[in-house]
Amino acid sequence: MDQLLQHLVNGLVLGGTYALLGIGLTLIFGLMNVVNFAHGEFYTLGAYATFAALTLADLNFFAALGLAIVCGLVVGAVTEFVLVRPLRRESIDTVMLVMIGVWIAMQNSELLVWGGVAKSIPHPFSTTPLTLGGVSLAPLRLFVLVAALGLIVGAHLLIHRTRLGRAMRATFQDADTAALMGVRIRRIYTATFAIGSGLAAAAGALLGPIFIAYPSMGDLASLKAFSVVILGGLGNIAGATVGGLVLGVAEELGAGYVSSGYRDAVGFVIIIAVLLLRPSGLIARAERVG
Amino acid sequence: MRRAAGLLLALAALTLPLWIANAYFLHVVIMAGIFGVLASSLNLLLGYTGQLSLGHAAFFGIGAYASALLTLRWEWSFWLALPAAVLAAGIAGWAIGRLALKLRGAYFVLVTISFAGVIALISINWMDLTNGPLGLPGVPAPELGPWSLRTKSAYYYLVLAAVALAYEVCRRLVDSRIGRAFVALRENEALAESVGVDGTRYLVLAAVVSAGLAGLAGSLYAHYTRFVSPEVFLFTYTVTMVIMVVAGGKGTLAGPLVGAVLFTVLPEALRAATSWQWQMLAYGLILVVLVFFLPRGIVPTFFR
Repeated sequence: MDQLLQHLVNGLVLGGTYALLGIGLTLIFGLMNVVNFAHGEFYTLGAYATFAALTLADLNFFAALGLAIVCGLVVGAVTEFVLVRPLRRESIDTVMLVMIGVWIAMQNSELLVWGGVAKSIPHPFSTTPLTLGGVSLAPLRLFVLVAALGLIVGAHLLIHRTRLGRAMRATFQDADTAALMGVRIRRIYTATFAIGSGLAAAAGALLGPIFIAYPSMGDLASLKAFSVVILGGLGNIAGATVGGLVLGVAEELGAGYVSSGYRDAVGFVIIIAVLLLRPSGLIARAERVG
Repeated sequence: MRRAAGLLLALAALTLPLWIANAYFLHVVIMAGIFGVLASSLNLLLGYTGQLSLGHAAFFGIGAYASALLTLRWEWSFWLALPAAVLAAGIAGWAIGRLALKLRGAYFVLVTISFAGVIALISINWMDLTNGPLGLPGVPAPELGPWSLRTKSAYYYLVLAAVALAYEVCRRLVDSRIGRAFVALRENEALAESVGVDGTRYLVLAAVVSAGLAGLAGSLYAHYTRFVSPEVFLFTYTVTMVIMVVAGGKGTLAGPLVGAVLFTVLPEALRAATSWQWQMLAYGLILVVLVFFLPRGIVPTFFR
């Protein structure tokens, strides 16, 4: 029983960051119809930006996290402006090929800059775990869970309580009508891509110190983000939140009770099973933003 | 004119080992041939039916492992293991086709990636069968009667025959009713179905043939490098195939072969000048540049 609780807690910590990845991707995928295979690279970017800010610039840990998110926002906005915007009228496959190109290029630039050796990201938290009942949790993991939940709530508020969020929801429902009503949809697209990338960078910055940073870490992150989106339904933020937590817990349980070698297979199996059995997502009633 | 050029090309291909004595150059040509088969196989799906499979390395890997295991564990002859590898990959293609071709676009891509991911994890974790990450060394070279096809020039002819076979299979398929159905489905699926084209059946057929050809390439690769490890499932292989098809020209027969030669020779030529990471970085940038400036690929742009 204690072991089960422990797995659940660990799964929630992972799941919170998966949810961040998933929300970012579901916005980009749902709103812009861009299959962003480079999404995981923004996750990697977040981890390396944190590492650079801590070791090269000697920044405070929390400032480094903030800087990583800003990095994700800026690089995301630039990517959208330079590469996605000119292809607005092209087919979804064309844009997908470009994003595959971006993925490979970003990953190998990271390999060139940082080398193939994994970096461990320092953090100021004590390594003595907090224990409650039979469950122990490192303070860092607790912080990651809380920060991830905070960012998720932030994303919800952004979508539901701000002008930008309302414009984003309108664009998702019907881009042409939104444009007629005076929504500057090109700006909305740039903002959406930037926010999505920023959330991915936040996930990388948070998980980086728990694990390690290495150039190809984004590959699995992309696939996990896609499985979260598929679980939750396209463009569905609440769905992505639940989907992320479900994936995190499912992975922990799979690794704990089945075989740790197949931990990463959980996401793949979820993608295959959900797409074949319930293509609109497990949680989604309809495809929508919000 | 075209005929003469074709004959000249065939003659050049048949006599190549006579005027390329350098073993390294021959190696590059052999790898280009293996990738030519792979790119042609991907082109059937991506170019003609318009479905992008990003799990193609799985069929390549299944072919390689099937062939290696049959010759190593059960001591089959290469000539039986090769068709068995094609069959194994084809069956996998059928299964995935039946499941995934209910979906289109991005969702199809995701299922193919996930499938390849699961297969790769199995190859790493199923130690008893695959020897895990250590791989299977000592895959035997093919033998033809009393001769062993161990030399590069002998293997070159084997690969050449496979390229010719793959080209011919694709040509006949594409020039037939079936090929026209593929293109009809790519251009407008609803319209094609309304005139009686059974979409799923044709797409599954394309997936089976495509996977089988990828399995053929896998088997040739296994018996050429004589070593198979989970690296055959690397995503890099899939990306390389996609770039070859897109660069050469989707939906043309010659395109994937041109792409395969170009993107096998180019990295080798760059190898002296740059490191492997720069190469991969260049691959990514080339893909982006191609989509922007040469969206139809080399063959349709320059040879029509």
